[in-house]
Formats: sequence, C-alpha cells, structure tokens
Amino acid sequence: MYDSIIIGAGMSGLAAGIRSAYYDQKVCILERHNTIGGLNSFYRLRGRNYDVGLHAVTNFTPRGTRRGPFARLLRQLRLTWDEFGLSPQLMSSISFPNVELAFDNNIDLLRSEVARAFPNQIDNFEKLMDSLIDYDDLEQSHFEMSTRERLSEVITDPLLIEMILCPVMWYGNPREHDMDYGQFCIMFRALFLEGLARPFDGVRLILRKLVRKFRELGGELKLRTGVQQIKIDNGRAVGVILDCGDEMSAKNILSSVGAVETFRLCDDDDTTHVHKTGQLSFIEAISTLDTYPSELGHDKTIIFFNDSDKFHWQRPLEDLCDVRTGVICTPNNYCYDTADGKLPDGIMRITALADFNRWKNLNKDDYGRQKKIWFNKVVDSATQFAPDYREHTIDTDMFTPQTIHRFTSHDNGAVYGATRKWFDGTTNFKNLFLCGTDQGFVGIVGSIISGISMANHHLLRGN
Amino acid sequence: MTPAEIRDAVLDILDTINPDEDLSSLDDEKEFRDQLDMDSMDFLDIVMELRKRYRVQVPEEDYDNLVSMNKTVAYLEPKMKDISA
Repeated sequence: MYDSIIIGAGMSGLAAGIRSAYYDQKVCILERHNTIGGLNSFYRLRGRNYDVGLHAVTNFTPRGTRRGPFARLLRQLRLTWDEFGLSPQLMSSISFPNVELAFDNNIDLLRSEVARAFPNQIDNFEKLMDSLIDYDDLEQSHFEMSTRERLSEVITDPLLIEMILCPVMWYGNPREHDMDYGQFCIMFRALFLEGLARPFDGVRLILRKLVRKFRELGGELKLRTGVQQIKIDNGRAVGVILDCGDEMSAKNILSSVGAVETFRLCDDDDTTHVHKTGQLSFIEAISTLDTYPSELGHDKTIIFFNDSDKFHWQRPLEDLCDVRTGVICTPNNYCYDTADGKLPDGIMRITALADFNRWKNLNKDDYGRQKKIWFNKVVDSATQFAPDYREHTIDTDMFTPQTIHRFTSHDNGAVYGATRKWFDGTTNFKNLFLCGTDQGFVGIVGSIISGISMANHHLLRGN
Repeated sequence: MTPAEIRDAVLDILDTINPDEDLSSLDDEKEFRDQLDMDSMDFLDIVMELRKRYRVQVPEEDYDNLVSMNKTVAYLEPKMKDISA
C-alpha cells in the first residue's frame, strides 16, 4: 500500500513526488512511456539532442530573487538557483507586418518599444501594467473575465491589443479566440515582468535534476507502466490497474494526465459530466543548420509572429495547420555562460497551430507527405519575420498533434489542456486529485508549482 | 528540549525552508511574515518539518500559534519538552 500514487512523470508529477517523498511518504510515480517529461521532454535523433515543448522557461527571475513562482519553486523543492542552470534570453520580439515590439527580461525595453511604436498608447499600457493582479491576489471570480474586453477598456489601438495577446496566448491559453483574464495576468507576468531563460543542456537538465532528487528521497519511478483504470470503491479511489493487469493500491492518487482523461480512467465515472477538452494543438518544424543563426544576422531568442493586423487564436478550420501566426525559437540565442561555450549546432524551431483530427485521420503515406508539405509552409511563413535559413539546413525533424497525443495522452493533443481548469485539484472522487496542465498553471515553472501545491494540499496535509 | 533549544530547532527549520534569508536579525517578538519573505506554502513547511524531524503534530486549527518566534516556542514547549535535543 502506497501513501500516494502519481500518474505521469512530467514536471508536475515529479514535483509532487519530491514533496511527498521529502516528507517520508511511500510514493510511486507511474509513467506509460519509456522516458520522463510528458509535455516537456527530450529525445536524441541521428546523434543530436532535441527538446520537446520547451522554447523557454518563463517566470525567470535572477539569482537572489525571493518572490514569484520560480523562487517559491526552489524553496519548496529545496533546490538552489544554480541547480536549474538557467541562462537568460538575449532579446525577443512580437513581429507583425510593419511593426515590431522588442522585449527582454527587463520590462523597460518593452515599455520604450510601446512608446516608440504606439506613442499615444504608452499611458494606457502603463495603466494596464499597474492593474495586473499579483499572483496571490487572483480571485476565482475575476479569473474568467474576458481578456479582450478588459484590454479594450484600457487600450484604444486594436493593433496593440492584438500584439499583446499574440505572445501571451501562444505561451499559455487553452481557450480559442479569447483568454481568461486571470490566465492573461499570470502569463503576462511570466513573460514580461519576469522573463525567459533556458538551461544550456535544455529541458533534460531540469528533468534529470528532479528525478535524481525524487529517487534520493526514496521515491519510486516506474517507466513503461501505464494505468488502464483507476479503481473506485464507494466514491473513493483505492488504487490503479496497470496496462499489464497488475494492481496497486494507495491512500491517495494524483493524476497529471488531464482532467477528462483522468475521469475516463475511473471505472464508474458519472459520464453525465461532459467536460470540454481543449482544441489547440501544434506542429513544430525543427531545422538543424550548418551555421549559427547569429551568422545569418538572427539574434532574437523568440519571435512571436503574425502575418496580418488581426491575430487568430483558434483551431485551423479548413486545413491541417494555420501558419498565419507562429513562434520562432532559437535555442542558440541565450546568454549562456562562457564556460558552457556554444551549442553544437544552429537550431531554428517554428511552431504553428494545427488541427488534431485532420492529422489523426491521415493514412500513413499521406501523413508523411503532409508533414513535408507543412514543414515547408510553416518555414515559408516564419521567414517573413526572420532571415531565410533554408539553404543552411542539414537536418530536420517535425512533430505533429499526433506526436503530442502519443507522448502526453492528452485528448486532441491539446498542449494547454482543457478550456476550464480545476484549480483546487479535487474530483468527484475522494482521494483522487488532479495536477498539471488541467489543474491550472502552464509552462515549466507553472506545472512544477502545480505539482507542489497539489501535493501540499492533498497528499501531505493531515496525513 | 528547553525553550532555547526549541528556538534553535525552529531557526534551523526556517533556514532549511528559506536558505537565502538572513535570520540573525530576527526579532522574536515580531511576526515572521513582517520580517521574512514567507508565503503560505512556507508556513505549511514549518509544520511539516516539525512533524518530519520531531514527530510533533500541529493541527490546522493551531497554525495561528506559529506567527512569531516567541509564540511558536511557547506553543511547542509542552509538545517538545520530552524530546532530547
């Protein structure tokens, strides 16, 4: 009998595991795949290392900062700032036709950029920043307010509203078209008032650190161990049945596989509660170059681009993908420690919106063909906003919504999960709790905080 | 444990929870939250560390007793007097 079983060895599951094991619980993390990470994972292909998910760690604050989610995470996991090995971004931008706003980890740059490009909006922009709610002041009642409505009350130039929404929605909005205002505040702070950073060795460094910590504390991690069913007895979750048929029992179960996905695992779930799964999934086109992007004149860390004055955040309606908007991520363009040197290759990663169902319904031949077609289309679109690097390409890889679905078990390959969140982590069943994407915060720091707070509230309190 | 030993034990816990904090100037009369950058998660950790290290249980309704060093030591004294330092 375990104190806690945690389903999924992503950021949130590992963080919850560390908290539980640190406080002497007998805890086991079950992961269906042969590797850890879930939405934020890594792989090796033809001799090169790749990250999945991670473009940048948001919420970055400098060494010695006491406040904010990143500092909180370090304290709660008893880790030091140095252990995350984060290097800050160089500079990023929001790029629309004929207008660009640069930003870095000091909000003053974005301020001056807004003043330059939208001189009659700078006072409004300041007003908006003053009104951004502190993380701890977020109230459920304000959380679901329309961000578009709220922004249009403060900012009177529609183009600036679209330009603010573009990066914030890209990095953490599970809803189409509009965004919960609470989520907007969280993401705005995470992106602009805190900042972007990356470990030189990518997301694997963070994951390995978490796994090592978890194991040192006596936690058990079982890879290639999927859960086919959560056993319910009299309204209580009592254990799990594994894919292999074995059973395990526990006092508490914490699931990071998504809300709807978790309810489906429960053998007597009340199916009258139909919750909406998210619709937003992505493709990513990764190019390895024979040179560094900086040699081609590309010094930006991240570019959030949109090819018209109106930003469309929705599932593609007519095609496999929508490449009108996207994110260009260049892992080389971080301020790495001189001791680390340079990454071995130049890398350009382009992310665009994709429709899960259309990708799922392709047969094998079409799937391969469409991957090639859309790889080219997304790079075509991105190179309107960054130097054309195509002739320097020496290797490529691509993931689709199918890939995301396979590695995360999330319905629709929905990266940011369901459109509503389960902030308190509770379910219809006693002793079954949610953490991760569908509990609340997104991003690497957000999901780790999710695991920590759900472990604190549900696994540790009173046990 | 004597009250002085309990105070040291609590200081050690605070140092574990928040290693960057300078505890040398802590005023035992004043509330922790007015002197230290601690949030609700950190406060829960004081309770959790007491349980982990000394098997001392602090029920949720008693959390208000842990607001300052003096109040914490006074609250813990009967619970920890039989524990050897």
